[in-house]
Amino acid sequence: MTAQPMQKQKMKTGLVSTKTANLIFDIVNTILLLMVCVITLYPFLNTVAISFNDSTDAVYGGIYLWPRVFSLRSYETILLQSSTIPHSAMISALRAVIGTALSIPLSMMLAYVMSRRDFVLRSAVTKMVLFTMYVSGGLIPTFLTYRAYGLMNNFLVYILPGCISAFNVLVMRSFIQGLPYELIESAKIDGASEYRILFGIVFPLSMPVIATIGLFVSVSQWNQWFDTMLYCSGEKDLITLQYELKRILDTANSMTGDSVTADAMASTASEGSGRVTTQTIRAAMTVISVVPIACVYPFLQKYFVKGLTLGAVKG
Amino acid sequence: MSAQSSAIVKPRKQIGFWRQVWRQRQLVILSLPVILVLLFNYVPLWGWLVAFFNYKPTTGFNVFANEFRGLEYFQALFQDEYFWRGLKNSLGMGVLKIIFSYVFSLMLAVMINEVRVSWFKRTVQTISYLPHFVSWVVAANLIFVTFSPDSGIVNEVLLALGIIDHPVSFMGMPQIFWLMVALADVWKSAGYNAIVYLAAMTSIDPSLYESADIDGAGRFSKIWNITLPSITPTIKILLVLSIGRLLSVGFEQVYLLKSASTTETASTLEVYIYDFYMKYGMWAQGSAMSIFNSLVSVVLIVGCNLLAKRLDGEGIM
Repeated sequence: MTAQPMQKQKMKTGLVSTKTANLIFDIVNTILLLMVCVITLYPFLNTVAISFNDSTDAVYGGIYLWPRVFSLRSYETILLQSSTIPHSAMISALRAVIGTALSIPLSMMLAYVMSRRDFVLRSAVTKMVLFTMYVSGGLIPTFLTYRAYGLMNNFLVYILPGCISAFNVLVMRSFIQGLPYELIESAKIDGASEYRILFGIVFPLSMPVIATIGLFVSVSQWNQWFDTMLYCSGEKDLITLQYELKRILDTANSMTGDSVTADAMASTASEGSGRVTTQTIRAAMTVISVVPIACVYPFLQKYFVKGLTLGAVKG
Repeated sequence: MSAQSSAIVKPRKQIGFWRQVWRQRQLVILSLPVILVLLFNYVPLWGWLVAFFNYKPTTGFNVFANEFRGLEYFQALFQDEYFWRGLKNSLGMGVLKIIFSYVFSLMLAVMINEVRVSWFKRTVQTISYLPHFVSWVVAANLIFVTFSPDSGIVNEVLLALGIIDHPVSFMGMPQIFWLMVALADVWKSAGYNAIVYLAAMTSIDPSLYESADIDGAGRFSKIWNITLPSITPTIKILLVLSIGRLLSVGFEQVYLLKSASTTETASTLEVYIYDFYMKYGMWAQGSAMSIFNSLVSVVLIVGCNLLAKRLDGEGIM
């Protein structure tokens, strides 16, 4: 604060060149950052524009940020005519909700016992959780194990294996360790059980970190496709939105270009009047799968930035 | 004196252990989620045994019911040219990704840190996080469309500028596939990775900048002499962590970005495990490769941690 007037004086008295240099730096910096924003956002905006364009027209290309011939056909096809896509979106939503609802309390339980310095099994539990960050069974051993558990074509394979993540537990533990210990101490003196302390006192105080981890877990659940391909590709009812999107992407890429009407879904739609190509269907599906995330994460930004730095510094 | 007191305390502690566990039984009950960790993270390690047997899936957990083959599958692995190709691709892409990811996220963090207008700073940050939160399926889709030879924006811009005279199929060129993967990684995660650096930068003592101002230091010299040295510990920690994961990060990304024409440079060890061993049910060979992957990761992590300890007297684990 005190340096501010001094600094101004100095600039006024002689160093005009520093001031101009500063200005040039700021302008260049701003331009570069604007370019970063454009590069980041353009593919998304372009996809939105394509998804709202008439699909036979979209084949000619040249759509940038705004649809040329506006049409809602792609969305109609996906949401009303397709039997698989709304169902797969529901499965994705279900796994996001159930996965998060189960993961948060169980991770908090572990984080809490790991934060209690007086707990005799603390270091054993901590080591067991930490070790999983460094060594994993690998694709095939894990696959064989889960198959032996009977998790093939089973909804539980979406929920149980990823339920406890070492990273998430560590972030939660760092947060709980930052809470005033006297709160726990005095609750204990009042005769509160450990369950009460955890769910009645620690939980409500940990909302920032719960929001952060809740975002991480639900987003990664919503975005999963690989476990569907590995474990549930044989069960039509368990297919997730991302896996569906991946399959459409595959059919489009195996053809020569984007202008293909080969996908099964597109061909059912083409029985009607206008034809719907995979290009616009793909764009519309991408939009549908991104919109929920894009609507949520900006509001949790301040939490996950804090949560992430906590984990990085102390983890 | 301390030896004496510990000699007295020790036996009491020994007797007290189970009693203490009993006294803290509520905490023990709260520790029960480790069962999930055991089942889903530790039991699969049992599957490593598969690599030493001629495994038949019908035997389930009873690996020992199969014929023991010793190290046969490992020997076969090291004689397999596809294994060496996979290793080369994994290492090449891994190293390139680390370098790109470092340079770009650090640069982005420095640039954002230099912004004075807070609403602009916040907006840039929010936008830069977006790709991190979308799935690789979506990201790969957007990347294919953007680089498409068929009216993709990159080709259109390059054509308009006269840099190329006919559309180039960027994603279909095996020679530049590693580079495309590294760039895709930058696009998706540079903004998010910058968070940690930015957080480290906010804890730099502002008086350092003030005295530099008095000395008439320019912006670049402040970045070079104050900002970067102050966050060196963070840079080092993240570098060590990412080297440890050199061989095991990015399966989804590579798997989704590769195509038939880029197989030669896109088949990493993990892609190979999935595309070949898994599809043909060659469980033992695939497990041998997984074990190799995990062992290399552990060696890298432990090695890097020792190195970090030697560098600044403090490990990260």
